[in-house]
Amino acid sequence: MIPELGHFALIIGLAFALCLSIVPLIGVAQNNQQLINSAKPLSFGLFLFVGISICLLAYSFTVDDFSVKYIANHSNSLLPYYFKISAVWGGHEGSMLFWVFALTAWTFAVGIFSKQLEREFVARVLAVMGMIAVGFILFTLLTSNPFERLLPNFPMEGRDLNPLLQDIGLIIHPPMLYMGYVGFSVAFAFAIAALMAGKMDAAWARWSRPWTVAAWSFLSIGIALGSWWAYYELGWGGWWFWDPVENVSFMPWLAGTALIHALAVTEQRNTFKHWTLLLAIFTFSLNLLGAFLVRSGVITSVHSFAVDPGRGLYLLVLLALAVGGSLTLYAIRAANVSSPNRFTFYSRENTILVAMSILITATVTILLGTLYPLIIDAMGMGKISVGAPYFNAVFIPMMIALFVFMGIGPLIRWKKARKGELFKHLNAISIFSVLFGAAWPFLFAGEFNFMVFVGMTLGCWIVLAVLKDVLNNAKQEDGRWKFSAVPLNHIGMAVAHAGIAITVIGVTMVSSYEQEVNVKMAPGEKVDLSGYIIEYAGTKNVVGPNYSAIQGQMKVFRDGKFVTLLKPEQRTYTVESMGMTEAGIHTTLWRDIYVALGDPLGQNSWSMRLYYKPFIVWIWLGGFFMALGGFLAILSKRYRKRVLATEAKKQQINPIVIQEA
Amino acid sequence: MKSIIRFIPLILFVLLGALLYRGLFLNPQAMPSAMIGKPLPDFELPRLKATEQMLGRDDLKGDIVLLNVWATWCIQCKYEHPYLLDIIADPRIKLYGLNFTDDRNAALRWLKQYQDPYVFSIFDEQGALGLDIGVFGAPETFVIDHTGIIRKRFAGPINDKVWQKEFLPLIDTISAEIAQGAS
Amino acid sequence: MSYAAIDFNTTKLQQLIRLLVSTLLLITFWLSNANASPVDTFEFKDEATKLRFQVLSKELRCPKCQNQNLADSNSKIAVDLRKNLYNLLQEGKSDQEIIDFMVYRYGDFVLYRPPLKKQTYVLWFGPLVILLGFLGSVIFVLRKRGKAKENELSLSTGEQESLDDILNKK
Repeated sequence: MIPELGHFALIIGLAFALCLSIVPLIGVAQNNQQLINSAKPLSFGLFLFVGISICLLAYSFTVDDFSVKYIANHSNSLLPYYFKISAVWGGHEGSMLFWVFALTAWTFAVGIFSKQLEREFVARVLAVMGMIAVGFILFTLLTSNPFERLLPNFPMEGRDLNPLLQDIGLIIHPPMLYMGYVGFSVAFAFAIAALMAGKMDAAWARWSRPWTVAAWSFLSIGIALGSWWAYYELGWGGWWFWDPVENVSFMPWLAGTALIHALAVTEQRNTFKHWTLLLAIFTFSLNLLGAFLVRSGVITSVHSFAVDPGRGLYLLVLLALAVGGSLTLYAIRAANVSSPNRFTFYSRENTILVAMSILITATVTILLGTLYPLIIDAMGMGKISVGAPYFNAVFIPMMIALFVFMGIGPLIRWKKARKGELFKHLNAISIFSVLFGAAWPFLFAGEFNFMVFVGMTLGCWIVLAVLKDVLNNAKQEDGRWKFSAVPLNHIGMAVAHAGIAITVIGVTMVSSYEQEVNVKMAPGEKVDLSGYIIEYAGTKNVVGPNYSAIQGQMKVFRDGKFVTLLKPEQRTYTVESMGMTEAGIHTTLWRDIYVALGDPLGQNSWSMRLYYKPFIVWIWLGGFFMALGGFLAILSKRYRKRVLATEAKKQQINPIVIQEA
Repeated sequence: MKSIIRFIPLILFVLLGALLYRGLFLNPQAMPSAMIGKPLPDFELPRLKATEQMLGRDDLKGDIVLLNVWATWCIQCKYEHPYLLDIIADPRIKLYGLNFTDDRNAALRWLKQYQDPYVFSIFDEQGALGLDIGVFGAPETFVIDHTGIIRKRFAGPINDKVWQKEFLPLIDTISAEIAQGAS
Repeated sequence: MSYAAIDFNTTKLQQLIRLLVSTLLLITFWLSNANASPVDTFEFKDEATKLRFQVLSKELRCPKCQNQNLADSNSKIAVDLRKNLYNLLQEGKSDQEIIDFMVYRYGDFVLYRPPLKKQTYVLWFGPLVILLGFLGSVIFVLRKRGKAKENELSLSTGEQESLDDILNKK
């Protein structure tokens, strides 16, 4: 009964989505205020019923309703309750329902937090979100229904959640990822609404920005969590593999970063409108493309959900309608959007433009690399593989160029830089950064290392640039410091940029100085790992809620002092009899010590993999700071009501150019 | 001119869509062998049933040679086995076995229990010959023609349908080549 | 198996059960090591060879896996190929010889760094071309608009700077 209710709730949600797509637009066309105002309640209804649907699915999981096919495939009565709930998004069908739920949540949020926008505009935005919801809910209902039943012969027990997914990473990573992914559809909806209306003014950019930054922040957390999870869960110490599914989450992030900056320029300088429009469409298209690639079976990946070309075809049609439709709309209506160009060659606008170009090129490059095997195969030219060596070779140089500009951007003036002033800002910073970068490899490892030099110089450069910007803002005319005078969005920008620097430092250090030791160890034997002595002290048998394990006891010493006891495990999950490694990891800010058990070799000897990973935690910390910066920027006063009255007056001084068709 | 530029994103997208559509009908898992058209490499490995006898490429006599990779750890090989006993009825082909990284005693017991369809089996304990012809699992079957060139590699168990579709046409073609060569 | 697991204060029955469970666990691990991290413990002739092994096992793809390199896969073919890689390195073969060896037998598919051929020109040169194209067109458009603007009325530099000061104050 309950699953059927969940199913019906989803269908009702579809009905709301259909109404939301059509009714407000009719209202706009006929200038019917009532119909226009229906958008908000309709989006609430959409959110409510989809919310009910997913809650009922979660409930069915918690009561072990194995008559539902999805639950039978992904759960088990022995599974701890928190994994039963997160198993909702552990498989394809449930994750699609979660995607839809996230979409309706964003739609509802846009409905609530848009009092400052024109009613007609909000109606359009919500209608577009409704259309997207229709597409995805239909997809879920027709091809990926999580409420499908196994009656009359249903199993008494479920097949259990894949042990790799029985981890806190699964509880947080997909939700964050989907919140980010789906959040970019808001930016897309804003862009389409602007094209429909035939105008894009400063208010449009102002209100598009926080939604986009919020989505970007969620996506940053989602990607960082995914990388961290792979690192500690899979047991091979890697944190990024350039796997197609990883790329598919990274591309919208890169495009989204370009979009955030384009929006910033559009809001502050009323230019770059075409960039903003196209980037919003591009980012959203990458989301749809990603869903297609991951779920259609067109590309081989470790991460792929169970593939089905039927689903692939549907998603391709969805992609064609959404992207094809929006690009056609752009082609037809874009002439109405004017972008007065009032900046010179040496200006912040231009610096951001270069940065955007690099980001977009990087995105297209990753897309090219991911799709290339498919292209070669489709043209009958055989099978090739494009993997980490390629991506690293092309991506890293681009990022190095980008980071150089990241140092210039915060400090260069809008419209026209004053050369003398710019050099003054950058002189001290560049010299210090280069010296720092050159000294660091000597200090850390006793000899020079070029890549470390480059990485540390750039990291330092980025941080100093935003620090200088904050200081410039804090300094008052009378020479005193007033940090509360620094606008929150500046602080947000500084924190986010610093986050990038932190990640760069982490990547540089780990890639250059990590150490790996594969060795057989008998009880009592010791191994030297970059100055740490690791002693294997035998094993213990432990039992968990749904598994049993052999747990190695690894004592870690440094300079004769005891550091920690690591407990890597080889687990056997009771239900699927599947073996799994849990690495033993000790994390500090400066390094990880990582041990994974390999094979038992008799007499309690084991082969083991031990890693020394310096600064690795910085990689994900950086992601966290990026998101923090984003959220700080959103909290900026400029988005709060009181400020707007004065802002509105200011806008009347700068008339905005709109060309009617 | 400007209006055409505005259509470029759309055009690019249509091309992408076409590629993706085509991709739905391809099989990314299918793996053609890199050894097709190359000669079967020489080897020096013992015979499974009589390890004191060393075998080499020249011992695989026959106009059309089928080299079947099998092992006792390979579950699908069991399903394939009955068909192998059938196909050896075709006088044009000669079936040889490549016992790949297996335990010799287990392999001998297996052949005794399930019958031996092979002229002989090569005992490739380290997988050296397997590596040399690009084997990545079992069962796999290679078709080698009268000039010693590898013509085909089929990965997976052979059954009636597979035999009809994948092997017979090639065997006919090679037989025709042999006939032409002889005349 | 760890005899530390047997506590001599417990009954013989409990000890026997623990023994059995440990043995069973061991057997199960042996059979079901599907997601265990693969650990080969090769003895390399020197440190440089060991590093080459680590690099090459990441450059080569496991032919039968779902997109994993030789280093990270525990499937039989990956284990076998790692062993072969080790042998080739110990024999003194160069990196290029080893790559050629693998490609001769398994095709380009087994390389994660696609070789530079006619078919991969777009792949390898594409990024640079795209980037230059972007930057080039941006510069071109800016220069063109800049020239057009020179014909407009403009403030003197001094006036411009004071106006900028007012406008750009954050």
